[in-house]
Amino acid sequence: MMGTQRVKFTFMTQLVKEPIIYQLGQNFNLVTNIRRADVREDMGWVVLELDGDETEIQRGLDWVSAIGVRVDPVSGDVIEG
Amino acid sequence: MAFVKGLMCRECGREYPAEALNVCDYCFGPLEVVYDYATISDVISRERISQGPLSIWRYQDLLPANGDDPVDIMAGYTPLIKARNLGKSLGLRNLYIKNDSVNPSFSFKDRVVSVAATKAVEFEFDTLACASTGNLACSVAAHAARAGIRAVVFIPWDLERGKVIGAAIYGPTMVSVEGTYDEVNRLCSEVADNYPWAFVNINMRPYYAEGSKTLGYEVAEQLGWRIPDHVVIPSASGAMFTKIWKGFNELACLGLLDGVDASSFGPDQNTVHHPAVTTKMHMAQAEGCAPIVTAWANGQPHVSPVRPNTIAKSLAIGNPADGIYAIRVLKESGGSAYAVPEADVVDGIKLLAETEGIFTETAGGVTVSALKNLADSGAIKPDELTVVYITGNGLKTQEAVEDVVNPLSIKPSMGAFEDVISQRIAVGGR
Ligand SMILES: Cc1ncc(COP(=O)(O)O)c(C=O)c1O
Ligand SMILES: [Zn+2]
Repeated sequence: MMGTQRVKFTFMTQLVKEPIIYQLGQNFNLVTNIRRADVREDMGWVVLELDGDETEIQRGLDWVSAIGVRVDPVSGDVIEG
Repeated sequence: MAFVKGLMCRECGREYPAEALNVCDYCFGPLEVVYDYATISDVISRERISQGPLSIWRYQDLLPANGDDPVDIMAGYTPLIKARNLGKSLGLRNLYIKNDSVNPSFSFKDRVVSVAATKAVEFEFDTLACASTGNLACSVAAHAARAGIRAVVFIPWDLERGKVIGAAIYGPTMVSVEGTYDEVNRLCSEVADNYPWAFVNINMRPYYAEGSKTLGYEVAEQLGWRIPDHVVIPSASGAMFTKIWKGFNELACLGLLDGVDASSFGPDQNTVHHPAVTTKMHMAQAEGCAPIVTAWANGQPHVSPVRPNTIAKSLAIGNPADGIYAIRVLKESGGSAYAVPEADVVDGIKLLAETEGIFTETAGGVTVSALKNLADSGAIKPDELTVVYITGNGLKTQEAVEDVVNPLSIKPSMGAFEDVISQRIAVGGR
């Protein structure tokens, strides 16, 4: 099934230089659409939309997490006090 | 009648109609309510407010929902108490407690949920929903009961008993999720995307969050239309922190504060800072989940998410939605942010209870400990007007302070009683 997901990636130091979003598109056949980003020398975040097969989106996000990128919903935690 | 023009993206400024939306379609930034302040300033007055109901709805002109028939279980209008004893122990002569632990479902969440529930009914939703570590679930279930609509509340499986029962009693559909905090978060975002429900802090969020402004209005009204020199506020998402500041600034711009001239709101209403608002905004988080304090302390331009590990579960938001906006308020107000060591949380609860007779939950323990730090460090001077916001009730987190139970256990005889009482008195105990 096709789907879209909005996510925020936060990454530290050495990962800033990696072409993570390019690889995500290539290796999982996803269309990546960056909406907002702030990437600095030592850390960065990117808010983006992923389009593609739902299982591929999930596999892609699992891979991103596994290499050390933090994946969050775009509008912050939904669980609250 | 609500004076709402629409919604606006806080990041890119795009405008949207006042519907059940929370994220900008273009940049995924958060949406915020835009008011028709010109009309509001024509109708609003101190007198009109003082004739309103004894709940948050006395400020209905400044809330984004129709106040004619709100979902109202009387949230708000809670006591503001001069804290002589706590003040004395901290060396502060002008200290007040805003005791929001006595709201109908025992936390400040009733303020935000009353607005969200009223809006949900306006939008004709039949289900009010949330994911919560406690207080929010209690409030959502209570307001849905009052509105006569269904409540669905998601909770992590390991929640304190007082919170589980405090929510279940109102008859919601309660879903207890066996999983980590991140997993609960992910599941609930997905549910919110797939069910046509009013999730109070997701698709109702722009309206919901505005309810916290009343914590600013009330304190000002109760102080005789003045604002404090300092406020101390517990933060999770950071929303309440930004909204109290917004509330003070709205009152100033509308000319409702003593000796303050009205002024215009400017193009970006949400960042307006009236020069007469000199309140220093101090934030309290627990060390085990302090992403906003950390970002502030390191001068970071954004908030790095953390994995929460704190006894103050009601403040356990690792990825705070309003963190970045809270940092702007810290900067603008010349405030400060403090991460309370976990070990000090319970001390804060006990200090407040023993000096002022107010039993707060762990979030309140965090706030009182932060206040103590501000007083000890001299950041708050002895005569400065200070208000500390106590936002939740101790009966919900009894587990945290079970060690206070240490009764004199005796057989039912006068002799036994006299024995133990004389011993206790001899050692100066209570
Ligand atoms: C008792 C209590 N105080 C404070 C907060 C923090 O509010 P906010 O998320 O608006 O920062 C919460 C909930 O999140 C709470 O339950
Ligand atoms: Zn936008």
